[in-house]
Amino acid sequence: MREERELILKSLRYRKELLRVIKNAGAGHTGGDLSCIDILNVLYNRILRVSPKTFSDPNRDRYVQSKGHCVEALYVVLADRGFFPAEELETVCRHGSAFVGHPTRKVPGVEQNTGALGHGLPLCTGMAIAGKLDGAPYRVFTLLGDGELAEGSNWEAAMAAAHYGLDNLTAIVDCNTLQISGHTADVMNSEPLEAKWASFGWAVRRVPGHDFGALIGALEHPLEKGKPSVVVANTTKGKGISFMENVAKWHHGVPNDDEYARAIAELDAAISALEGVPA
Amino acid sequence: MSAPAPSMHSAAAKTRAEKLGLRLERANLDEFADTLLALARTDANVVAVTSDSRGSGKLGPFGQQHPKQIVEMGIAEQNLVGVAAGLASAGKIVFAVSPACFLTARALEQIKNDVAYSDNPVVLVGISAGVSYGALGSTHHSLHDFAVLRAIHNVAIVAPADNFETREAVRLAAVAETPVYLRFGKAPLYRLPSAGTFELGRARLLRPGSDAAFVATGETVIHALLAADFLKERNGIECRVLSVPSIRPLDTGAVLDAARTCRALVTVEEHSVHGGLGEACAALIAEAGLARRFGIAGLPDEDTVTGSQAEIFRHYGLTMEGLAEKMTGLMSR
Repeated sequence: MREERELILKSLRYRKELLRVIKNAGAGHTGGDLSCIDILNVLYNRILRVSPKTFSDPNRDRYVQSKGHCVEALYVVLADRGFFPAEELETVCRHGSAFVGHPTRKVPGVEQNTGALGHGLPLCTGMAIAGKLDGAPYRVFTLLGDGELAEGSNWEAAMAAAHYGLDNLTAIVDCNTLQISGHTADVMNSEPLEAKWASFGWAVRRVPGHDFGALIGALEHPLEKGKPSVVVANTTKGKGISFMENVAKWHHGVPNDDEYARAIAELDAAISALEGVPA
Repeated sequence: MSAPAPSMHSAAAKTRAEKLGLRLERANLDEFADTLLALARTDANVVAVTSDSRGSGKLGPFGQQHPKQIVEMGIAEQNLVGVAAGLASAGKIVFAVSPACFLTARALEQIKNDVAYSDNPVVLVGISAGVSYGALGSTHHSLHDFAVLRAIHNVAIVAPADNFETREAVRLAAVAETPVYLRFGKAPLYRLPSAGTFELGRARLLRPGSDAAFVATGETVIHALLAADFLKERNGIECRVLSVPSIRPLDTGAVLDAARTCRALVTVEEHSVHGGLGEACAALIAEAGLARRFGIAGLPDEDTVTGSQAEIFRHYGLTMEGLAEKMTGLMSR
């Protein structure tokens, strides 16, 4: 499918760019960036009604990245969408830069400052309530980690969002099953996610988190009228780089020169293979 | 039936207040609720967010008259502040109303990140602040709120001393472009002498004097004012009284002028002696190179004694008599 091919190519290029940014900055949350980049690709290229021109429009769609540590993925997508020149990514994590290691509003396109976990869903609940109060047409999206769901504030907001029937709110769980110290199931099990969210009054759908068609299908409309939506995206931490996939140490691992060259070679090979196939 | 609340003031203090022509008004909390109601009436963008605190915040009439402008979050202070920040980011004028003890401790990270750091201009309203809850005990006291908020950039910290300061503070907070923390108690207060307009970052000179100075904030200001009058009559001391409604921005000029002019300076607050107005003034005065007789009247670093707000104030000398003793002790050292 032409559309799908376009998104796959874009994601491969995003992966190359976010690895370059991390390598250049000497810091970054590589594993999570790679697990959520396909979700961000779909959001910013297919779902969100927001652009540099409409970013100050009160009716724009809003995206708050609750798992703020995966900021390199966000920066790369925002640069691609024209929110700021890509050269600015050279300054990520540098002294005096607006490009901090977690999202800040100093960077065009960033809605809210995040980084401490468990903040995105309450913020988005507030935005969604404002949308309902104003009868505004916008939708609000947030990206959570499965490890992040141990933060109790998520469940305070989950209760409130269902209480107010916020069908203009969609949470996406980047369910890569790993966190900094190991498997989420071992550190603090957040499953069964469908049952938890459903019992809080949310409409739930679990999708393969690197399947563009499935992501678009789950995100293009609220899942159910009168309920907030949650899309549990089954993802792979470190997705797309063979030696990074499902390895907890890549949570915030920065590739050395050799690892970087191998990673880029893998992505280049995938891009060539895809470009070799006629559309 | 509960026993009648003991008065904040001794018979002698009440007599002195009458002599000064001061009139007892209502609690700042009531003044806040009415001011907010008036704001909501003229601006549909004004929204109150509550954490099962509608009753304790005196927001019953607000909820009845403007049901679409009040958002209940249940007993969930973290979510209260996060939601308030989200509402503010979408253009609402948001008053997040919750007991000061929970608002500034339970939800401190939300205040730090979602409100202050993200620069969402929420008005954080800490109700029943200080030791207003009295005998309910330390879980319900907020003796830390100035300290923690002073260490967080981008929140104004305001503790009004009477109904006038409350009304003005609420109106200013509603149009502020950056976050504001307001703190109120629930005991009736005397109306302080008028002392010009109310501005954030401006101390109000309630009484001139160049021998000594009280620099007081919030609901302790009246006790400092009565103590100054008492000291004049008993000891012939001319004692300046500054009401400092905003701990931040602090009126550094007024504090430094008092420190330069007067031989002794006592700060007064319904807060821990650590990290509040007193230590803010101490740092200011020390950094200016001034060596002055200096005292901080507040709640000491100990397990707070049980009692009503009035009994706790008396126990720790936050009264006309206690403050007068503190000042004369300092001056005779």
